[in-house]
Amino acid sequence: MPASFNQFVTEAITGPVPDPPGVKLVKEGLKVKHPVVFVPGIVTGGLELWEGHPCAEGLFRKRLWGGTFGEVYKRPLCWAEHMSMDNETGLDPPGIRVRAVTGLVAADYFAPGYFVWAVMIANLARLGYEEKNMYMASYDWRISYQNTEVRDRSLSRMKSNIELMVSTNGGNKAVIIPHSMGVLYFLHFMKWVEAPAPMGGGGGPDWCAKHIKAVMNIGGPFLGVPKSIAGLLSAEAKDIAVVRTMSATHPCASLGRAITPGVLDNDIFRLQTLQRVMQMSRTWDSTMSMIPKGGDTIWGDLDWSPEEDYAPSIRKQKKIDTQVVNKDENGSMASQRKLKNYGRIISFGKDVAFAPSSEIERIDFRGAYKGCSVANSTCRDVWTEYHEMGIEGIKAVAEYKVYTAGSLVDLLEFVAPKMMARGSAHFSYGIADNLDDPKYQHYKYWSNPLETKLPNAPDMEIFSLYGSGLPTERGYIYKFSSSADCYIPFQIDTSADDEDEDGCLQDGVYTVDGDQTVPVLSAGYMCAKGWRGKTRFNPSGIRTFIREYDHSPPANLLEGRGTLSGDHVDIMGNFGLIEDILRVAAGATGEELGGDQVHSDIFKWSEKIKLQLLELLTAIAFWWKWPSPDKCLSAWMLED
Amino acid sequence: MASILRFRKLCYLEPVKFRTFDESPELYQKLDKKADDNNVILTAKSVLETDTKKKKCTKKPSKEWRCVDTCCWMIGCLCTTWWFLLFLYHCFPATLPGFQVPESPGVRLKRDGLTANHPVVLVPGFVTGGLELWEGRPCAEGLFRKRLWGGSFTEIFKRPSCWLEHLSLDNETGLDPPGIRVRPVPGLVAADYFATGYFVWAVLIENLAKIGYEGKNLYMAAYDWRLSFQNTEIRDQALSRLKSKIELLYVTNGYKKVVVVPHSMGVIYFLHFLKWVETPPPMGGGGGPGWCAKHIKAVMNIGPAFLGVPKTVSNLFSAEGKDIAYLRAMAPGVLDSEILGLQTLEHVMRVSRTWDSVISLMPKGGETIWGNLDSSPDEGHACQSVKKGQYAPTSNGMNANHTDIKTGFQVKETVKCGRIISFGKAESELPSSQIPNLDTEEILRSSITKNVNSSCGEVWTEYDEMSRESIRKVAEKKVYTARTLLDLLRFVAPKMMQRAEAHFSHGIADNLDDPKYAHYKYWSNPLETKCCPEVTNSVKWDICLRLPDAPDMEIHCLYGVGIPTERSYVYKLSPTNKCKNIPFRIDASANGDENSCLKGGVYFVDGDDSVPVLSAGFMCAKGWRGRTRFNPSGIATYIREYKHKPPTSLLEGRGIESGAHVDILGNVALIEDVLRVAAGASGAEIGGDQIYSDIRRMSERINLEL
Repeated sequence: MPASFNQFVTEAITGPVPDPPGVKLVKEGLKVKHPVVFVPGIVTGGLELWEGHPCAEGLFRKRLWGGTFGEVYKRPLCWAEHMSMDNETGLDPPGIRVRAVTGLVAADYFAPGYFVWAVMIANLARLGYEEKNMYMASYDWRISYQNTEVRDRSLSRMKSNIELMVSTNGGNKAVIIPHSMGVLYFLHFMKWVEAPAPMGGGGGPDWCAKHIKAVMNIGGPFLGVPKSIAGLLSAEAKDIAVVRTMSATHPCASLGRAITPGVLDNDIFRLQTLQRVMQMSRTWDSTMSMIPKGGDTIWGDLDWSPEEDYAPSIRKQKKIDTQVVNKDENGSMASQRKLKNYGRIISFGKDVAFAPSSEIERIDFRGAYKGCSVANSTCRDVWTEYHEMGIEGIKAVAEYKVYTAGSLVDLLEFVAPKMMARGSAHFSYGIADNLDDPKYQHYKYWSNPLETKLPNAPDMEIFSLYGSGLPTERGYIYKFSSSADCYIPFQIDTSADDEDEDGCLQDGVYTVDGDQTVPVLSAGYMCAKGWRGKTRFNPSGIRTFIREYDHSPPANLLEGRGTLSGDHVDIMGNFGLIEDILRVAAGATGEELGGDQVHSDIFKWSEKIKLQLLELLTAIAFWWKWPSPDKCLSAWMLED
Repeated sequence: MASILRFRKLCYLEPVKFRTFDESPELYQKLDKKADDNNVILTAKSVLETDTKKKKCTKKPSKEWRCVDTCCWMIGCLCTTWWFLLFLYHCFPATLPGFQVPESPGVRLKRDGLTANHPVVLVPGFVTGGLELWEGRPCAEGLFRKRLWGGSFTEIFKRPSCWLEHLSLDNETGLDPPGIRVRPVPGLVAADYFATGYFVWAVLIENLAKIGYEGKNLYMAAYDWRLSFQNTEIRDQALSRLKSKIELLYVTNGYKKVVVVPHSMGVIYFLHFLKWVETPPPMGGGGGPGWCAKHIKAVMNIGPAFLGVPKTVSNLFSAEGKDIAYLRAMAPGVLDSEILGLQTLEHVMRVSRTWDSVISLMPKGGETIWGNLDSSPDEGHACQSVKKGQYAPTSNGMNANHTDIKTGFQVKETVKCGRIISFGKAESELPSSQIPNLDTEEILRSSITKNVNSSCGEVWTEYDEMSRESIRKVAEKKVYTARTLLDLLRFVAPKMMQRAEAHFSHGIADNLDDPKYAHYKYWSNPLETKCCPEVTNSVKWDICLRLPDAPDMEIHCLYGVGIPTERSYVYKLSPTNKCKNIPFRIDASANGDENSCLKGGVYFVDGDDSVPVLSAGFMCAKGWRGRTRFNPSGIATYIREYKHKPPTSLLEGRGIESGAHVDILGNVALIEDVLRVAAGASGAEIGGDQIYSDIRRMSERINLEL
């Protein structure tokens, strides 16, 4: 008998479901070898209340985040109050203690029935894994990475647990599996653990080499996520923007316009949901760790971007047709096509987004007069930093017209100075010229792969596993929102669409290849090029591998979220990915998995990025074809 | 599914019929034609017409009551009542007038300025920890990482045999049976609530949180309570984890020593840990001498089962406790239930006999502690005074009045509690000279004639292998003391005892320096180990340099008194001679007179419902008090007793002044003591000893070389 009715119907329609990877690999004789550590990402980890204001009576050790979210509906204001952090310090507000749930339950299911790690845990258990050799390094994802150590000792706990697991499992090194923001968190951890005691964990310079076999980053936003910009600037992401349009263009438009926009814009209920969400999420320092890093060098400038030749239709055809025929078509098509200006992450107005750079008139906003506060009595209770900015300030922002990755940070500093002051104490978004500069010993650089060196652990392996084939947000077209009083003054211009069918601009959002949240460029660049071989970011030559999983949607509704998904979170149930992880946990190396597995153009795009990767001396040596001190390196470089 | 569909079909057919009957004009015409001839149909028609009229004036006629309507109405009514009740519930004041919820100790102490200081480690006891499934047989499909033990226990009812199969351990090794992995639930959720709404640690955790405790300085050392203590390390590395956690807590909380709060069996588990951690690696944790002194501030044992619990004897011997014996007396046939073929007790016995940890709770110290045929240290204990609660608290020394009451009862009846199992009520009271002096050795030597009876089904207990003859021989011996009990168990359950005695020992050491006591099987017996071995001067110096005024380690014994607790049993042979039956049974008909401690075949003494005072208090009162051979470094010990007060009203739930074994974890006085120590107070600062029972006198009567 099949276990469930769902499964029965699915099997009747699509034929027998393949064995889950755990079962399959047990038949091959794979067994437990390396202990496994999970590092959950932003939002997916549960948070529970340890101390609260009187309004949260009876919620002691109940989940505020994750689970059923019952409290959001029952007492939304109280909930938002407890989920916010202090605006000055980025730590707990007085009298409130909300802490991360510990153990595997912290992030196995986000909400009932919505798995995150559960499928992977179940498959690992088939190999014989259990609580003693699996560990969920849960942490409070709202606060900055260093603060998780200062407040909760999360990094110390992870260190102690890894040490314990390695020693109790016969000295087998740990396999680390971070997901999403957990990737950056673990980058921070690797620097922290080897740094000396007051600021770091004091593990000594070979801690990583001794304790870590492989880091298998799933959907890692190494270089940031453009989505976070929309989130910070106007608390909008594609999903919300679509809701707004849907309601306006609904068949029964009159009704729709009257009620549904009201839900979000809220004159009627005075709930001002977006502002509240924004007020809450702006107190979370961790969101600032995902701002695109590397500036114009990585993300492109006004006229250029690494992914400029990308078109979703080509990707689609590639999947169906044979490649030889396709290539000719591509060539002709590409020559006709206008190249996309992905580098312009935010443009005000659609015409600006398409205009050649010479025609854009920009007036610098930096240092512009912000004007006096426009906040009036009607919206005083909801506080966002926009209220401290006058019409003049908002105008100044719009008059700069186009923002690239480099100027975005300045924009955010202009629009939300307090938040960025807090954030820049903990995160940095640049590219290091000289990594040996002593200033890079500060913890604020540790989570930026472009400003740190990987640890000295030549036997370690770094994997980047991510989904591809889904449109992912990359740039936005903004407009003023209709009334500037109580509202967030900017909105995504959802009316902006591409004329031709395979355009990447839809509802005011430019999309590229990715896993719906992280663009391929951010997830893959470091492993494809930045760390490949012996570079200045990877001085010990840690081997890197890229494993892409092409998205294919579930065949029918009963399949749930699919076993072949490439979506940012659903990929955690992707059988291919789970199989790779199981093999590595059971002892396989990257080569044994089959090395790189690439569906997107990541290598081509990485080539276009002009980033100095070699130490200056080695670079010169290579330029002059002198025998390089490291023969392997030069051989590799020539081959490439 | 099919039945629902059928039901809906029924519901739908009828209204359709009605509709055609009512409204189709053709039908009317047909009826009209026939009406000329037939009066009966005419009347029928008139009825119909009136019906349609009624329908027009909105009132629904009874015939129109369709099944669907009824359903809707019912749902509507249910919803309304539900909503109404919910409404009432919300209107209801949170605290009833007249019933004032007293302020929780955490809030009060926070106002007094107490804050989290020392990190706290909780060690749960027997049975209270949750267990979850990691790998199982096909019958347990879909239960992956669901709780088998603790929580809602739904699986017992859904698939009882599967459930039992997964909870039992391998009969030979005492570890997992092949293909089954059941593991302890980690984290605070492991034992905060045992079942939904039945708190274990939750109240204490909540109060600790009030003064600032949270995940970084509070840890629950969950372990698989079915295994022998050393096996929790071998299989799950539970002891290593505990060690690493304590070290981490110590370092991350600014080098503050840890307060450990074990409960029930967790107490002896932690004793085992204390020895394990300082023993060199292959067998121990390799923490080196001084590890305990360096990392532990105080061990606050709650309801400690140091010297064992007599209850386990009856559990092992016949899978009976007081409660079950009562039940049998009241409703014979329910439990015997050959009718239903359930054989509950036999199943329980089969499963619980595979759990090694049960053996750790057997009475330790033999006749020296628990008394011989003629006398026992806690005899002469008067039951009535327990019931009336006439004790005056004696903070120091004996209370004179107290002994007077005692002697008064002693004349009436001398209960020979030393005889833990006696066959027949008369035998339990006879002077020792009249008891047939059958040596247990003799019984053991007598060949066990195996009962080869293939008709006995799959339910397998070791009793099935015993012949009727040898069972009778067991009963002929009449009386067993704590020492001969072990022989008895070796006789009736040889395999279980063989397995378990590799892990536990129940004697008293003559010479603690004998190298054999380095073996782990002695570590959980306080009478065969040195408690936290002597700290060398160099280690002390090292600690002193780091923390000049760090106080030395302390041991507290916190337990409830004032509840009758099982101490010894009157047994009989069970009447049936069938196979698959437990041949012995508590004689529930054996009752003493009104003042007697004998009720339903069980002798009671003072205690907390599970652990007698003697077992809980002796080590702190005498065995470790001062510098004895069991406590060479002279660790300070304190006794804190809490007198049981039943909850005054139903609304109080399980009471805030309870002394019962588990309910004491919600006792406000106990919580306050734990909180004060956690916040930095020493044993003397919380008031030293607090004694209600006559534990001191009992201890005095125990003739143990110290």
